[in-house]
Amino acid sequence: MTAVLFQQVSRHFGAVRAVDSVDLAIAEGEFFAMLGPSGSGKTTCLRLMAGFEQPTSGHIEIFGETAEGVPPYRRNVNTVFQDYALFPHLSILENVAYGLMVKGVGKAERLKAAEEALAMVKLPGYGTRRPGQLSGGQRQRVALARALVNRPRVLLLDEPLGALDLKLREQMQEELKSLQKSLGITFIFVTHDQGEALSMADRIAVFNDGKIQQLGTPEEVYKRPKTRFVADFVGSSNVLPPDFVASLGFGNSHASLRPEDITLGEGPGRKPFSGRVVATSFLGAANRVTVEAAGARVAAMVPASLAVPAQGETVTLSFLAEDLHQMDATP
Amino acid sequence: MSAVVDTSILARREGASGRLSDFFWRNPKILLLLMLTPPLLWLGVIYLGSLFALLLQSFFSIDDFSGLINYEFTLATYRQLLIPSNFDIILRTVVMAALVTLASAIIAFPIAYYAARYAKGKWKVIFYLGVMLPLWSSYLVKVYAWKLILAKEGIITWALAKLNLLWLLEAWLSLPVVGGSSLSISYTGTFIVFIYVWMPFMILPIQAALERVQGNLIEASADLGGNPAQTFRYVLFPLALPGIIAGSIFTFSLTLGDYIIPQIIGSSRLFIGQAVYAQQGTAGNIPLAAAFTVVPIVIMGLYLWMAKRQGAFDAL
Amino acid sequence: MRSDKNTSAPLGLKIAAGAGLAFLHLPILLIFLYAFTTEEKSYQFPPPGYTLQWFAVTWNRPDVWAAMGLSVRVAAISTAIALVLGTLCAAAVSRTKFFGRETISLLVILPIALPGIITGIALRSAFSFAEIPFSFWTIVLGHATFCVVVVYNNAVARFRRVSGSLIEASMDLGADSFQTFRYIILPNIGTALLAGGMLAFALSFDEVIVTTFTAGQQSTLPIWMLEELVRPRQRPVTNVVAMVVVLLTFLPILGAYYLTRDGDQVAGAGK
Repeated sequence: MTAVLFQQVSRHFGAVRAVDSVDLAIAEGEFFAMLGPSGSGKTTCLRLMAGFEQPTSGHIEIFGETAEGVPPYRRNVNTVFQDYALFPHLSILENVAYGLMVKGVGKAERLKAAEEALAMVKLPGYGTRRPGQLSGGQRQRVALARALVNRPRVLLLDEPLGALDLKLREQMQEELKSLQKSLGITFIFVTHDQGEALSMADRIAVFNDGKIQQLGTPEEVYKRPKTRFVADFVGSSNVLPPDFVASLGFGNSHASLRPEDITLGEGPGRKPFSGRVVATSFLGAANRVTVEAAGARVAAMVPASLAVPAQGETVTLSFLAEDLHQMDATP
Repeated sequence: MSAVVDTSILARREGASGRLSDFFWRNPKILLLLMLTPPLLWLGVIYLGSLFALLLQSFFSIDDFSGLINYEFTLATYRQLLIPSNFDIILRTVVMAALVTLASAIIAFPIAYYAARYAKGKWKVIFYLGVMLPLWSSYLVKVYAWKLILAKEGIITWALAKLNLLWLLEAWLSLPVVGGSSLSISYTGTFIVFIYVWMPFMILPIQAALERVQGNLIEASADLGGNPAQTFRYVLFPLALPGIIAGSIFTFSLTLGDYIIPQIIGSSRLFIGQAVYAQQGTAGNIPLAAAFTVVPIVIMGLYLWMAKRQGAFDAL
Repeated sequence: MRSDKNTSAPLGLKIAAGAGLAFLHLPILLIFLYAFTTEEKSYQFPPPGYTLQWFAVTWNRPDVWAAMGLSVRVAAISTAIALVLGTLCAAAVSRTKFFGRETISLLVILPIALPGIITGIALRSAFSFAEIPFSFWTIVLGHATFCVVVVYNNAVARFRRVSGSLIEASMDLGADSFQTFRYIILPNIGTALLAGGMLAFALSFDEVIVTTFTAGQQSTLPIWMLEELVRPRQRPVTNVVAMVVVLLTFLPILGAYYLTRDGDQVAGAGK
């Protein structure tokens, strides 16, 4: 079943088209990412789902029921806020039990459910503390418990890991993923971090200028970017200009080529081209070698075990034809 | 769990509160209007209405024979403001307000600067309360305290006598304009009490303006070779200026309209406030009283407009 | 202003700041001294002797008690009205952006930005125009008008600190507008309102200029003091009342400071 459906949804703020005719269908039980730079419309889409914003035009359904015009407090959808938005005057347990309290669940029952939710996010016994006494990572877990205790049909997460440090972020990525699997709830999260989207999501929608540029699995988005924007934004792909692509014997259009798919020297079945080395940088497991070839700059990943060519040297590089991905004409 | 439901859209809560909540959520402008109506009725209609009614009266005149108000539009009342005895009152008040503001700024600045830059922890609190308590103390009690201090038999005379400096006080009191038969019935006395009562209003805005200045700006100026006077002139003073202007709105306005201080401590010559009080009370000349009140309103209007251009409201 | 180095202030600045604070406080301390003087007819310094008898005399003065009672009642009602109006205004101004926000702030500040005598005479002539006789309520009307700004300033400062996402979080979790107000907004702005209310009470309790125009024949405590100042009848009683008034106004100020000390300190500045 479709959890969230957008049909030609637009949200304009004055002259700014924050969300511009978006069509979207997110399946039940999916872990869905909305990826894009700030101002691309991804957060507005999330707020449209939560009910904090209303569409200027278009139609939104949540599990088949019309959602536009329905206030946030009547949607069975909960949000984990970017700044967590924990209530500073309430204890952790009261924070988690809040949703049940306002829905009229009895005290004993809601406190028990809140305790269980805290245990689920590995914070048992923290209930008596105040939000100010917790670390960033712990607050994030409380925010998660506070949303999940309501058993929402859709959980929205706004940059859920943005405020955490790298190590904690990796750990939380795995926990979120397994939590989503075990609960079976549809998770929709917003992020500007492509690594986060690629590693967690079942499907990704890449946003730019209020429109979805590409919608697909992480592998599709990464390997076969549809537009130059997606190729640029998702990872560090080489975007090759049309005349260079044509000179290699392909059609006359922009194309993307991953640096790790390019090797030094020729090989059987590989397309060769030559270029002059303009920069090299050491990245630990590999060296990144940038060459200038027929007016285009191309980066290649050279394993650290191989010798690094000197700057100004002319080298031959090659790739497999299937790794080059030609893109739509749109920018 | 009873709260768990399978639908994605929950039913509206029963009763009027649920319907009303949904209504306000859909029509935030109506909620805004409802919130603004009571304060706007009170301040906009009752208060501003009274003010405009008063201003309107300044365009009427009083019949010299019957003492009744003549409800015909005229500028005669304003012309009366310009006759020497009335114009003197205006001039005296404005000069006094300007001097009080200037002196308040000079006395307030070191306190605000110290509190903003050097006071930390406990001392910050002491400075803050040290300003707030006198600021909020009873106005009349403060005036009364100075009546005790400035009285002929009071502490100032006593202290100067102990120091054998009574001749200095006598010399000062024998001066024209600022002197008088005692401090409590001289312009000097009025001036001191005005400063005492209104100066605290200057400290907090200056402090607020200085709090926003990074300490390293001062060090940068010193580092670039500025001596303390230059640092003050080119760095500190311009940055504190919005605060000084914000504070001066209070000191200037409050001095302009005060009629109690000059009545209790001062010579018998009138200030605007006293003139208004006398005209509306004993003289019963409401139009002239109204015309007198227009003077501080116009002056403060100009002042606020200027202050706004200087960005002083951010320091309030 | 923050300086990373722990520099110490120049001596001249220390002296100027210290002298300024002393100038503010010594006259008030003097009031305390005079409350105990045995001298009845003049303001002689140093007092020729000290006595507690004037406290007993003051205690038995019905006119002082009557004035005090009226002042307390006026301040309580004015504060209640100012709390409602000031909070509504602050909520409207800080929750939504709308045309005319600046005008509303200006309108709220106007009653204290304009000299009190203007507010007073405007209200007085409006009362006489509308043929409203002076009463308890005419005093309250004037007081509530200039008390709104104190509540408003405190409430606006606190609303700014309550982040918008708290309200969204509450609605997201299923609380409607009324529940959000009761469980989230009110607890978060409560102390600021209490502080604003205390300051408004102090402001009203102390006000004299507007009151002289709106009181008619009634005496609030400041009016009583003003009469004593203009035509002294029993100076020692005035001394005692002055001291009591100072002590009474310190309580709400300290209370308001205590309630707002983390963060919005300057809120009380706009008296």
